[in-house]
Amino acid sequence: MARSAWRVAGSLPPRLAGALWFGAFLLPVVAWSALSYVPWLWHPQVLIDHAGDSVYAVDMRVESSAFADAVVQAQRSGTAAPRGDRVNPVFLPAPHEVARALWTGFTTPPLRRGDPWLHESIGHSISVILWGFVISALIGVPLGILCGAIPALSRLIEPFVDFIRYMPAPAFGALCVAVLGINDAPKIAIIVVGTLFQMVLVVANTTRNLDRALIEAAQTLGASDKRLLTRVVVPGILPNLYTDMRVLLGWAWTYLIVAELIGASSGISWYINQQGKYRAYDNVFAGIIIIGLIGLITDQVLGWIGRFVFPWSGQQPSRPSQIAFAIVSFPLRLPYIMLMLARKYDPKAGQQ
Amino acid sequence: MNDAIQERFERIAARPVVLDVRQLGMSFPGVGGVFAHALHDVSFQVRRREFITVVGASGCGKSTLVRILAGLTGHTAGEVLLDGKPVNGPGPDRGMVFQGYTLFPWLSVLKNVMFGLEMQERGHDQARSEALQWLELVGLGNKAEVWPHQLSGGQRQRVAIARALAAGPRILLMDEPFGALDPQTRANLQEHLLQIWQQVDITIVFITHDIDEALWLADRVLVLQPPDAEHRGGWLREMVDVPLPVPRTREMVNSPAYRATREHLEHLIHPPRAAAAERLPVFKMTKAGDEVL
Repeated sequence: MARSAWRVAGSLPPRLAGALWFGAFLLPVVAWSALSYVPWLWHPQVLIDHAGDSVYAVDMRVESSAFADAVVQAQRSGTAAPRGDRVNPVFLPAPHEVARALWTGFTTPPLRRGDPWLHESIGHSISVILWGFVISALIGVPLGILCGAIPALSRLIEPFVDFIRYMPAPAFGALCVAVLGINDAPKIAIIVVGTLFQMVLVVANTTRNLDRALIEAAQTLGASDKRLLTRVVVPGILPNLYTDMRVLLGWAWTYLIVAELIGASSGISWYINQQGKYRAYDNVFAGIIIIGLIGLITDQVLGWIGRFVFPWSGQQPSRPSQIAFAIVSFPLRLPYIMLMLARKYDPKAGQQ
Repeated sequence: MNDAIQERFERIAARPVVLDVRQLGMSFPGVGGVFAHALHDVSFQVRRREFITVVGASGCGKSTLVRILAGLTGHTAGEVLLDGKPVNGPGPDRGMVFQGYTLFPWLSVLKNVMFGLEMQERGHDQARSEALQWLELVGLGNKAEVWPHQLSGGQRQRVAIARALAAGPRILLMDEPFGALDPQTRANLQEHLLQIWQQVDITIVFITHDIDEALWLADRVLVLQPPDAEHRGGWLREMVDVPLPVPRTREMVNSPAYRATREHLEHLIHPPRAAAAERLPVFKMTKAGDEVL
């Protein structure tokens, strides 16, 4: 009898796993909806629609208690009482308002001419993230692997990296702008500062966790240090390195918010900030949700791809999944297939 | 000891020495400048195509010994000569099969066996055909394109043997290679190993804590002893010649020669006095009734 999934070290049936995955998103939405649509749950304010003889104006939001006092006051003095509906504060828009904002955000032109559309802001954010992350990885991954593999390098590099990593990346904002100007360069630099140092340490640790016996086995087979790195260490840590990168990509998004607000503001966080200034909190929520969705989708897709690129790790993807991957990856594999075909049907090769 | 066996030992003695271990000592720097001693003054010679097993209780330094021979651990005294040349660090002239599974999980079985050949700059096609031959030798030619995680424990160790042999070592070091296997698989692999040894020009040093395994496989059994008052570090108690004909059969386990040698080894490794000293104190933790005795 399998242990219940709700107990310590229980086993989780796939169906329940799927249901819980949806539940993870459904529950917060249900809670949010309840808070928004059930009037007596919270709704601490009243939105005035008839001022009556009170000091309130139409469309004003007042605290419920103050409103109740005003009504009592009006009844006592025989003047017209204000009327209104109980509402939530403006910073908690209802789900349907945010859903509408998600749609209209993409279809409404920006308020000021020359400002970017929402999709342009998102595109800009993604490009900043990608550049920052790629630069980080180009430096951090090799450095991390070297630190993890070579003890002397580890002692030489890691303590200082550890020191820098505790400095908050935003603290470098002013410096980045001074050195790199106000466009995208300082933003990318902030993301690099935020992720690179973590990356070196995380990758070094992953490298150190590689089974030493694999390295020793390769040594007894005559592998030089260079070969140990390229033929054993790198392929050996690859699946874990891939997972590390997925986690670190999430961190990069955290630094994006800061990065986009330094120098000339831009991107999705500029959009969120701007909408906040207009008190359009439905748009603010839409922007936050977009960031979450991009992160979630990226991570799920990367996780899904991971099951195919490391076939030795023992997870066998389902058949439909394999077919889907074959179709999706076809354009990427096309050059390789063409090369193989060209080699096979090369007329010169036939003559020899 | 009958004449045929005697004559075989004389033939072995006439062969050149492959591995020469001289006054080998090893001590690890320990806590507070105290040295932990692993080996003390171990000397022996292994001749070409000899099969040597090393047995001993835990803590006698058998694993340290084989790791020093492989060059994976340094030594602090004496020297190890392979074909007269001192050993410094690991190299393809000494193959090693480990107790754990050390096949590279990201390479197919065939690519695993090709690894050592490629390190020696053999061309891809030649490495491939040689590796296939080695896989055939261990009976796994049909598993060439399979991932290691799809093999059973016994099959993995057979591939590990093929991989070590493919690199063309002078000597094959085996550190409790069958320790993690169930008894049936273990017996099968012992037979496979003897067959491989007869077919390949290879000298084997095999570490085990299993006296029967040591005895049944070897020409000669080295008995290591844990450190004591006179010996700082594991030391070589005795070298025991195994008075059994080659090729070995399972029935030999019942022969008087086998039983006498086994008893002798047992006595060396687990002296009766030491066993008595480790008897547990007597406690009574049960209430009356339902006595087991």
